[in-house]
Amino acid sequence: MAPVLFAELVAFCAGVLLLTGVLIVWRRDLRAIVRLLAVQGVALAFLVAVIGVEARLPELLAVALLVLVLKGIALPVLLVRVSGPAGPGQVETPTINTTASLISLALLTTLAYLVSQPLKAAGSGPAAAAVPIGISLVLFGFMVLASRRHAISQLVGFLMLDNGIATVAFLIAGGLPLVVELGAALDILLVVLVLQVLTGRIRAEFGDIDLDDLSELRD
Amino acid sequence: MAALVLLPVVACLGLAALTAVSGRAVALRYAGILSAGVVVVSGLGLVAVVLGGTDPTAAGGLLRVDALSAFMLTVVGFVGLTATWGGLAATSTTSTTGRVYPTLVCLFLGAMSLAVLADNLGVLWVAVEATTITTAFLVGHHGSRRALEAAWKYVVLGSVGVAIAFLGIVLLYAATLASGTPTLSWIVLDQARLPMDPSLVRVAAGLAVLGFATKAGLAPMHSWLPDAHSQAPAPVSGLMSGVLLSVAFYAILRVQAVVDPVIGPDLVRGLLITAGLLSLAVSAALIVRQRDLKRMLAYSSIEHMGLLALAAAVGGPLALTAALLHVLGHGLAKSSTFVVSGRILAAEGTTTIASIRSLFTRRPGVAIPFVVGMAALLGFPPFSLFFSEVAIVVAGFQGGLGAVMVVAVVLILVLFAGLARHTATMLFARSPDAGGPALELPADAATPSVVADRGPHGPRLPLVIALGATAVLAFATGPVSALLAQAAALLGGTR
Repeated sequence: MAPVLFAELVAFCAGVLLLTGVLIVWRRDLRAIVRLLAVQGVALAFLVAVIGVEARLPELLAVALLVLVLKGIALPVLLVRVSGPAGPGQVETPTINTTASLISLALLTTLAYLVSQPLKAAGSGPAAAAVPIGISLVLFGFMVLASRRHAISQLVGFLMLDNGIATVAFLIAGGLPLVVELGAALDILLVVLVLQVLTGRIRAEFGDIDLDDLSELRD
Repeated sequence: MAALVLLPVVACLGLAALTAVSGRAVALRYAGILSAGVVVVSGLGLVAVVLGGTDPTAAGGLLRVDALSAFMLTVVGFVGLTATWGGLAATSTTSTTGRVYPTLVCLFLGAMSLAVLADNLGVLWVAVEATTITTAFLVGHHGSRRALEAAWKYVVLGSVGVAIAFLGIVLLYAATLASGTPTLSWIVLDQARLPMDPSLVRVAAGLAVLGFATKAGLAPMHSWLPDAHSQAPAPVSGLMSGVLLSVAFYAILRVQAVVDPVIGPDLVRGLLITAGLLSLAVSAALIVRQRDLKRMLAYSSIEHMGLLALAAAVGGPLALTAALLHVLGHGLAKSSTFVVSGRILAAEGTTTIASIRSLFTRRPGVAIPFVVGMAALLGFPPFSLFFSEVAIVVAGFQGGLGAVMVVAVVLILVLFAGLARHTATMLFARSPDAGGPALELPADAATPSVVADRGPHGPRLPLVIALGATAVLAFATGPVSALLAQAAALLGGTR
């Protein structure tokens, strides 16, 4: 692959990842958020494939397929099933208003670039240059986890955090050893399945999946 | 040799599969105990092999047993045995969905065995995350609103925590990649002295320690722990406290041993001191006014994890040997007391401290193991926790962390007072009214005419073995001390 093309493709994928991250924080429609997460998963899979082609690692292409199936299809489908029979257009009110959250995103992205400085040592080139995007997604995921009270938003926040970590892993190290990669993918899938079942039970018990109801346990 | 290494993982997974497909009552009832028994046997076998001077490997080098792994596997086995065997009565009366519970317990023990046997940070991570998944439904087992709330918080916080650890592992891997030998193996990282970039390793170490500290229940990432421990069935609380927290702490020790030679001990030491003192402070503040027995025990676990974090911060042979002894002593004593708390719940119908009174005269069968277990946890001699706590404090003073140790000792004394007061109230105070003056009741108006309930409400033997072992552990010489010294040398040999 031509170096310019590689750089452009990596930058494109990183751009899509960041854009979907911002949009997930911006939008309040839960279905839209899940669709954006699916787009983010596809972008991540494409990024893995690009890195695989560039590094001539057929193993990474298999991982890219795994990422596509898991993060682009399986997990979003699971999330849609969690959101249940209430139909499309479920909207939640975040605890932070839109303006404030977009400003926080800008600050978090800046922070990501600052904290990524030590990571530059791991390599140079377009892949290493895009590492701060992965860190940004991790921070965005934290923000969603902290500011949203709906079960699906929390799941999306967790998965965005995981996408960010995966982005960093692929950009900086070309992925982990295959056995770890497979184990991690399986773990993520199972965590989401567990949370899906828990969400179902919580809805059956509480009649809603607004996590503000979860406040009985305290000291 | 390889078979012995693979045995605990394979046996636990096999028993889990068996309980998942077979509905035989016997299989469901004893599968957990059998799993733990297999882990004990292979743990002891591997201890013998390791003391003989060889480190067996299996699965193409992914699994490797050194003295530390063998010791931790034995801890997993013995604590698991105490919790599952001691918990027999509790589960048969409270469990409604028969099949899921034993399957998950077997999977949990298998994952924990894998975590300590793996010679690979990535596989360790996968195994620790797998325990989040298996324990999620165990925490939410009762299906009540509170249990579901605890399970949700546990899964979200636990997964996010270990995800952070995963980021740290990724960065460590990137550092080895840049040095030319991509690896996540302990043995290579420990011995090869790879020319890794310190600034990258620094970030990696911080994230990995932070992530595993979440799973180890260290403050300020501890908030899932009291909820999960108080809502889970008693044997599961025992397993989480004695096994899960210990294995997460083991992960921190391994990470520390790998990164310290590269970046010096200061970063990890600073993190561990902060987390350790915060854990002691949080548990001290919340135990003194605690109203629930199981939450009290949960905060006591945070206390002991905080103490272990301080021991790891001190480092050196004395502190690390004491820390490992403490892991074993705490695991046995805490799983026993959790099992007893389950029996108290079954007998009294509550774990609210204010509603449990004069247990000692009314139900000596459960009160006696409870008081012995609490004495061990409070650090009375001859229990091994006394010796390990003293050794940690002494090592701290020797290692130049005197000020930290003074603060720690003060907090431990506060905790001691709080725990002792609650225990004494439950065992000896006569009035069932909280805060009501006990002496105003005439003696015959209380319940002396009721015949004391001497039944142990469950198997007596596992508690006798576990607490007896805690009592004599510190005096054991020969193999035990050789193993502990060898394991501590693996961690401290690099300093």
